Amino acid sequence: MDVETLARFQFALTIMFHYIYPPLSIGLGLVLVIMEGIYLKTKNPLYLQMAKFWTKVFALTFAIGVATGIVMEFEFGTNWATYSRYVGDVFGSALAAEGVFAFFLESGFLAILLFGWNKVGPKTHFFSTLMVCLGAHFSAIWIVVANSWMQTPAGYHVVGEGLSARAEIISFWDMVFNPSSMVRLAHTVIGAWLAGAFLIISVAAYYILKNRHMDFAKATLKIGLAVGMVAVILQAVTGDASAKIVAVHQPAKLAAFEALYHTEKGAPMQLFGIVNSKEEKVEYGIKIPKLLSFLAFNDFSAEVKGLDQIPKSDWPNVPVLFQTYRLMVAMWGIMTLLLLISIYMWRKQTLFANKWTLRCLVASVLCPQIANQLGWVSAEMGRYPWIVQGLLRISEGLSKSVTANQIISSIIMFAFVYFILFVLFIFLLNEKFKHGPDEQDVWTPYYQLQHYLEENE
Amino acid sequence: MNLENIEFIWCSAFFILLAGYAILDGFDLGVGMLHLFSKKDHERRIMLNAIGPVWDGNEVWLVTAGGALFAGFPDIYATLCSAFYEPIMVLLSGLIFRAAAIEFRSKQPMAWWRWMWDVLFSLASLIIALSLGIVLGNLIRGIEINEHKEFVGSLSSLFNPYTYLVSILTVALFWMHGAIYIVMKTEGELHDKLRKWVNPAIIFFIMCYALTTMATLIYFPHMSQIIQDRPILFLIGVVDMFAIANIPREINRGKDWLAFVSSCVNIVCLMALFAVGSYPNVVRAINDPDHLSLTIYNSASSHTTLQILLLIAIIGIPLVIAYTFAVYWIFKGKVKLEATSY
Repeated sequence: MDVETLARFQFALTIMFHYIYPPLSIGLGLVLVIMEGIYLKTKNPLYLQMAKFWTKVFALTFAIGVATGIVMEFEFGTNWATYSRYVGDVFGSALAAEGVFAFFLESGFLAILLFGWNKVGPKTHFFSTLMVCLGAHFSAIWIVVANSWMQTPAGYHVVGEGLSARAEIISFWDMVFNPSSMVRLAHTVIGAWLAGAFLIISVAAYYILKNRHMDFAKATLKIGLAVGMVAVILQAVTGDASAKIVAVHQPAKLAAFEALYHTEKGAPMQLFGIVNSKEEKVEYGIKIPKLLSFLAFNDFSAEVKGLDQIPKSDWPNVPVLFQTYRLMVAMWGIMTLLLLISIYMWRKQTLFANKWTLRCLVASVLCPQIANQLGWVSAEMGRYPWIVQGLLRISEGLSKSVTANQIISSIIMFAFVYFILFVLFIFLLNEKFKHGPDEQDVWTPYYQLQHYLEENE
Repeated sequence: MNLENIEFIWCSAFFILLAGYAILDGFDLGVGMLHLFSKKDHERRIMLNAIGPVWDGNEVWLVTAGGALFAGFPDIYATLCSAFYEPIMVLLSGLIFRAAAIEFRSKQPMAWWRWMWDVLFSLASLIIALSLGIVLGNLIRGIEINEHKEFVGSLSSLFNPYTYLVSILTVALFWMHGAIYIVMKTEGELHDKLRKWVNPAIIFFIMCYALTTMATLIYFPHMSQIIQDRPILFLIGVVDMFAIANIPREINRGKDWLAFVSSCVNIVCLMALFAVGSYPNVVRAINDPDHLSLTIYNSASSHTTLQILLLIAIIGIPLVIAYTFAVYWIFKGKVKLEATSY
């Protein structure tokens, strides 16, 4: 395999694994703020118990998020050195801002959040939780800004030619508020809220199914459903706004999402189907006439650019993108439906007796994860063949001094390490959830087991 | 403010971040390397929890230093990362395993489980220090670079006696620093036991330091050129010697925190000697140092970007220092195991 394919594969592997964790941190951060806020307001110890329980889960996701995140930061330089030289002037300042404003805030106050329950007062502790949550959101801001600049570059000019060409900043704020950054940021952050909300929904539903920790589970479920409901509604709005921006700024990406091979006025929307890339059409599909034009441009007869406007060698992978994009939207549909059913049944007071709904809620934790992953896959694969849209090609961004063998060995290393990490993460999470939020043993210490260990020494 | 030499200012900011990392994560790594020397689970937990609340934040200094390098000197960042591909991959796996070990070890009661993570914790800390040392040693020595600022050497060229020496010096430095930190944070029987480890660590460090200095002066005289030109910089070395000499003195007097401060000063001085010695180069081209080296001037971002970065730093760094101090203040004093401990 060539260096380009390997480097892309490695980036995909490491970023997709990384992207399991930060959304959970962001989502759980929000949930923690809500729980601790309610506790401060009502002084109901149930909410303190909830906050402590979910803090432990937060710690686990955060640690793996940080460990896998450092990899990303250096991978730009190791595998994409030419890209780094080209964009460093623009992209780097967003990363530096992320380090200074987000990571320090997050990790500093995390110490108090995790270990400060008995060292500071409840209000200071709540403030720390708030800062950790804010830090997590800040980290999303800067990295999404940097990534959006790669989709819709703005506020820069290109200096130099050939190998020494690079993008330099003209206006920092134009770079930060590039056409897609704010909408994509909102879309990403809300996706992260969904990840957090559905994790707590899933665990709460599991306890209700097993008839354990009922008060804890019901209160948790209520928060989860509330956050989830708000998030799915907002997600529809930001998703629509995001697609409209793609339509204007990255027509090739939209055309690939929709497998629109020919430019059309009043373009239809494919609900589902299978793309036949040889004959350039969608098979076994159902389409709604004119809907795509309306969704993209608010006009049923607007012209939507098709792939025929772009050289064939520059086409993104249409059959894959068509499906990843649809699956992401389908996940949103499933989440919305589940939330509506659950809230309806709760009001009818039949939810806790309905095993099948509860089982669906337990499994629903996968929905936001799948949606988040596929959303990013769509966004980044849709950029192909550009690493910075319209400026630099992926093939031009590689490290010139790095060989295929080096990348293969690092892929093997990461695959091995991440596999172990993932198995352990799931194992420990499962243990934690099975154990439940009982007060005496909060996971790490081993009060009952102390004798056992002393005997073994 | 005079922004004419903004490259120099940002380079200083980068080295400050790096020194911050070496001071803060340095003791985490040292504690990690010392971890296995204690055989009892209770003692190991105390040592682990001595760095428990802070190691995550300490690691952020490296992340931010990386970001600062990427933003301010993209060419240096790109050349450095792609040239040191293997050491960086090893470093990254070390960082991942350390995080996993700290987070996972106390979550299961089985003896084998804890032993496994203890060994990984120690090994990961050692590997992180070693690979950082390899990078540092090669930056002093220089690597082969072509006219497009691309690394053209081989992997084996990164490994030679001098880089091994710097690598061992890095381990010795963090070992000593960690030993002093852990003495400061413990009490009772464990504290007395740990106290005995400090002196051997200091002696080992001084031996490595002396050897490395000799080797540097003999084989890489460019590192001392600037001190010949500006004798005032010799003071850094003088301060460093006093700081090192003060460590055993304070340990004997029982003023552990002053010994720790001295150790921090030592790290700052070492970082300053490295930065000053290599200035204005950051990545020295061993094949043609005068023309091909990556300096802070030929590899910097535009002045607009550097000014933006400076603004970010001026706003951000005081905040960072404020809550770093707050966190260390809240967790000051001797470690005691609690319900929330690792």
